[in-house]
Amino acid sequence: MNWLIDPFEFEFMRGALAACVALSLGAAPIGVFMLLRRMSLMGDAISHAILPGAAIGYLIAGLSLGAMTLGGIVAGVAVALAAGAVARRSALREDASLAAFYLISLAIGVLLVSLRSRNVDLLHVLFGSVLSLDADTLLLIGGIATVSLFGLALLYRPLVIECADPAFLRQAGGPGSIAHMGFLLLAVLNLVAGFHALGTLMAVGIMVLPAAGARLLSDRLDTMLALSVGFALAGSVGGLLTSYHLDVPAGPAVVMSLGLIYLTVLLASAARPRRHWSAGEATA
Amino acid sequence: MSAAALTLTGVSAGYGGQTTVADVSLAVPAGARVAVIGTNGAGKSTLLRTIAGELPLLAGQMRRCETCARMGYLPQAATVDRRFPITVYEFVAMGAWQRMGVFRRMSPAVRQSIANALERTGLGAVSRRPIGELSGGQLQRARFARLILQDAAMLLLDEPFAGVDRPTREALMQLVDSWHAEGRTTLVVLHDVELVRQRFELCLTVDDGHAQLTPTAELLAVRPADAGTARHDFLRNALRA
Repeated sequence: MNWLIDPFEFEFMRGALAACVALSLGAAPIGVFMLLRRMSLMGDAISHAILPGAAIGYLIAGLSLGAMTLGGIVAGVAVALAAGAVARRSALREDASLAAFYLISLAIGVLLVSLRSRNVDLLHVLFGSVLSLDADTLLLIGGIATVSLFGLALLYRPLVIECADPAFLRQAGGPGSIAHMGFLLLAVLNLVAGFHALGTLMAVGIMVLPAAGARLLSDRLDTMLALSVGFALAGSVGGLLTSYHLDVPAGPAVVMSLGLIYLTVLLASAARPRRHWSAGEATA
Repeated sequence: MSAAALTLTGVSAGYGGQTTVADVSLAVPAGARVAVIGTNGAGKSTLLRTIAGELPLLAGQMRRCETCARMGYLPQAATVDRRFPITVYEFVAMGAWQRMGVFRRMSPAVRQSIANALERTGLGAVSRRPIGELSGGQLQRARFARLILQDAAMLLLDEPFAGVDRPTREALMQLVDSWHAEGRTTLVVLHDVELVRQRFELCLTVDDGHAQLTPTAELLAVRPADAGTARHDFLRNALRA
C-alpha cells in the first residue's frame, strides 16, 4: 500500500488532495444539476470565460488571488447571462452562441495572459497548478466548496422544481429566478475554484464527468448526487497518484482519471439491461 | 353561484405587442363550470394566461374574489422535463409548494393529501415510477393530481383532454365535476360539443378578438335552419361532435 500512502507524505500532494476533495464536494453536485438542465456546454463556456476575467485581474493588480478570482467571477457571470440572452433573442441556437462565447473568451484570455507572459505560465492557467497551491488558494477553494454546499441546500427544493417544471414553479409563486440565478452563481464560483486548481481547460471536467457517470447509474437524484461526489473523489485520488508515479501533469491526470471512471460506467451500463416496470410494481 | 369569482372590466389581452382579445367585460359566478371555446388562434390560451397572471393585462381591470387568489393553472403545453429524475410521487408533491415552501418538512397531513390525490387520479400503483416512464395520459393525470394538492378555489385548464383517451378524459372530467361540487370555479378550454353541452353551464366564447360569457343552453340552441349564420359557423369551427 506504500504506492497509495507515500505520495501524500509530501505537502504539495496533501495540498492537491485537499483542493480536489473540496472541489469534489462542491463542484460535483453542481455538475449533476448542470447536466440535468442540459447546461454542460454552458459550463464549458463559463470556465473559458473565467480566463480573460482572471487575466484582467492580473493585469490590473498583478498576481493577486483576490483580483484574479474577482475578475474570473465577474467574467463568468457575464458570459453566463450573455449566452442565455443571445440564445433567447437571436436566431442562433444556444449551443452555437455558447461555442462562439467559448472561442472568443479563450482567445481573449490567451492574448491577455501573453501580454505579460514572462510572469505567468500559460500552461498553468490553461491546465492548472494543483500541485503548487498556496495556503490562501486552498482556503479560497475550501471556502467556495462550503458556500456551494450551503447554497445548494438552500436552493435545493426550488431548484429541483424549476428543473422539472419551470412553468409550474413560476405559476405557484415560487422563486424560480432566484433559484436559476443562484445556481448560475454557484456554478461560476465552483468553476473559478476549479480554474485555480485544474486550469481553464480542465475545470469543468470535475463538474461534468462525475455527474455524467452518476446519471448513467441512477434514476434517483439523491443517489446521483452521492455517486457524483464519490466518482469525483475517486478520480481525484487516482489522478494525483497517476501524476506522482508517472510524472505527468496533475490537472490532466485527474481529468483523465475522471474520464476513465465515466467510460467504465458507460460500458458497464451499456451492457446492463434497462429496467422495466410492471403495472403493480410500485406502491405509494 | 351568485357572487362573482372573477370580474373582467374592459380587459385587453395579448403579448409581443399584439392585442389578441380586446375590451372583455364579464363576471364569472363563483363555483361555475365554464367552457372556454373558440377556433384555434382565437386567443383562448392568451386570455387564460392573462387571467392566471402569466401575461400582464394590456388594458382594463381584473378582480378575483378573495379565495380565488388561490388559483391553479394547467397550461396546454406541459413544460415538464420528463427526463428529470423524479418520481410520480415527488412530481405530485410539488403541488404542496405553497404549504411547504423552501424549508418546511413534509407533514403527515401533506403526505396524506398526496396519497389521496394519487388515488383520486388512479396513480397510486405507479407513484414510485420515474415521471419519464409515464404515458401521456398518465402524465396528465399526474398534473391533475398536482392541481388537487394546490387546493385552488379557481382552476384554469387549457385543453386538458387533448391527446388523452376516452377513459382518462372521463376520469379527469369527474375530477372537474367534483371540484364543481366543492364550490370551486373552473374555466376549461374545450372543443368537444357534447362535453360542453352536458357538463358546463356557461360558455366563454372567444371569437374575432372578442370574448363573452353565455349560458351553454342558449349558445348551443342552434337549429339546422340557422346554417350560414355567424353563430352557426362559429360553433361548427370551434367545436367538434
